[in-house]
Amino acid sequence: MSGRSALTRARVRAAWQFLTPMLVVLVLVAGWPLFRTIYFSLTDANLSDLSATKFIGLENYLANYDGEWSGLLADEYWWRAVRNTIGFTLVSCSLETLLGFIVALVLNADFKGRGLVRAAVLVPWAIPTIVSAKMWGWMLHDQFGIINDLFMRIGLISAPIAWTANPDIAIWAVILVDVWKTTPFMALLILAGLQMLPGDIYEAARIDGVSPIRVFFKVTLPLVWPAVMVAVIFRALDAMRIFDLIYVLTSNTRETASMSIYARQQLVDFQQVGMGSAASTLLFLVIAVFTIIAITVGKVKLGQEG
Amino acid sequence: MKPAKLLKTIAFYALVLVIVVFAVFPFYYAILSSLRTSSELFEIAYWPKNFNLENYVAVFREQPFARNLLNSIVVAVAVVAISLFLGLTAAYALGRINFRGRGALLLTILAVSMFPQVAVLSGMFELIRFFGLYNSLPGLVLSNLILTLPFTVWVLTTFMRELPKELEEAAFVDGATPWIVVRRVFLPLMWPALVTTGLLAFIAAWNEFLFALTFTLSNDMRTVPVAIALITGASQHELPWGNIMAASVIVTVPLVVLVLIFQRKIVSGLTAGAVKG
Repeated sequence: MSGRSALTRARVRAAWQFLTPMLVVLVLVAGWPLFRTIYFSLTDANLSDLSATKFIGLENYLANYDGEWSGLLADEYWWRAVRNTIGFTLVSCSLETLLGFIVALVLNADFKGRGLVRAAVLVPWAIPTIVSAKMWGWMLHDQFGIINDLFMRIGLISAPIAWTANPDIAIWAVILVDVWKTTPFMALLILAGLQMLPGDIYEAARIDGVSPIRVFFKVTLPLVWPAVMVAVIFRALDAMRIFDLIYVLTSNTRETASMSIYARQQLVDFQQVGMGSAASTLLFLVIAVFTIIAITVGKVKLGQEG
Repeated sequence: MKPAKLLKTIAFYALVLVIVVFAVFPFYYAILSSLRTSSELFEIAYWPKNFNLENYVAVFREQPFARNLLNSIVVAVAVVAISLFLGLTAAYALGRINFRGRGALLLTILAVSMFPQVAVLSGMFELIRFFGLYNSLPGLVLSNLILTLPFTVWVLTTFMRELPKELEEAAFVDGATPWIVVRRVFLPLMWPALVTTGLLAFIAAWNEFLFALTFTLSNDMRTVPVAIALITGASQHELPWGNIMAASVIVTVPLVVLVLIFQRKIVSGLTAGAVKG
């Protein structure tokens, strides 16, 4: 009896010994930098000398001098970045879920060459984001790009389009490349959900002569929905952080900036660590709120027992 | 075959064809473009004609691309090794031992994996400067850990939890310490999980861009993604697309091969991380 609890105590002590190195590293690379970023957002820090910073309260977020509003929340380009990010997240996630479903249903069917198709679908996922951006940048090139050539050959467009240079079109180019790159991920997660479904339901539906479309909406969709939602949430959180693709694919102007791009521009290009940190902090808060809602609603399993 | 059924089969295979072409074409086109000379690139071609390796030579001659590749390998391998070691020990504690605060801890780790990278950018900048690691590979290894460590811990914990409970009981009765149990009992059983997680961590570190762009300054400290993104020509409108495509193919081929070899393991790793999450 007492031997057993001594053993338990020893194991709990061991657990903390095993956890400490990981926790120390995590605090060092995540906790502390996050804390400093939030702190910097309340100062006038400049990249050239971070030690000479002064606490200025919330002035990076919003300030009023002589009736003139300044700060992040008064910057139209910040709001443009917010709109770009939210628009990109909504459109790309919806398209990826829809197309991911189609690809998953195809891969779930039994046909010759399924293994090859699955391998082919994985290729975009395996390609680094920067490389995908460059590959598509070349394909979407306004003069020598194959997309303009193809579209003109089949009569879809009459003159070449500046896909990545025109800010209004560039955001769609970004969505296109993101959909290409990320649909495999969605498809595989949905496929995993589909393959966990019990086969006898389908057998019963087939015998009863229920149409496949009805089976999909009445049986398949409700059953895989929880798995799909988790995948969508992960994807949406990822999409809100978008940086690489926009940075490389578009001409990187303020018009096409996402929230992450805006923050880095302030931080590195304009050396305004205070402003950049304020933008980073707001993005962090948005994602944090979204995550908390997602975890609560999604009821993520945490322990075996609870 | 009845006509309706035949039509269905044709439609299905047409859909399959569209999916495969859409998925593979950009990579095919990058390979095609990388094998054409810079003057040939101004004519659009859909099929390979002649093979020319000049872009592959140029990319190594005109910039320290070999050095960039080495940097990427060093950073990614170090990140994987550290993440797996810290992840395995932590996963043992989180997956096999009941202690107070375990749920909250797992929640925190999951939350960290949701951090937008840019949220730690200025704090990380300060940290890296403080350690004197600006424009160095250890600086990149350190910063990359925030990307790989949380999900390594999370996925390994999921795997660890699924192993039968009796495993370590016998070893403990024989008087083994937890450290010996991890090394002798779990390490051999965890190999498949370690390969999967290690591969995912490798890909994450290999592809990382924001930190590598911000925390390096000179060309010879850059990793491959930054080097490719910053390849420039004589002017902004004259990008050497042949070189860029050659560099892209060089860094992508190993990844595509790895992913295709380990495709089943990767899928199981991704689903362990996300669906079961």
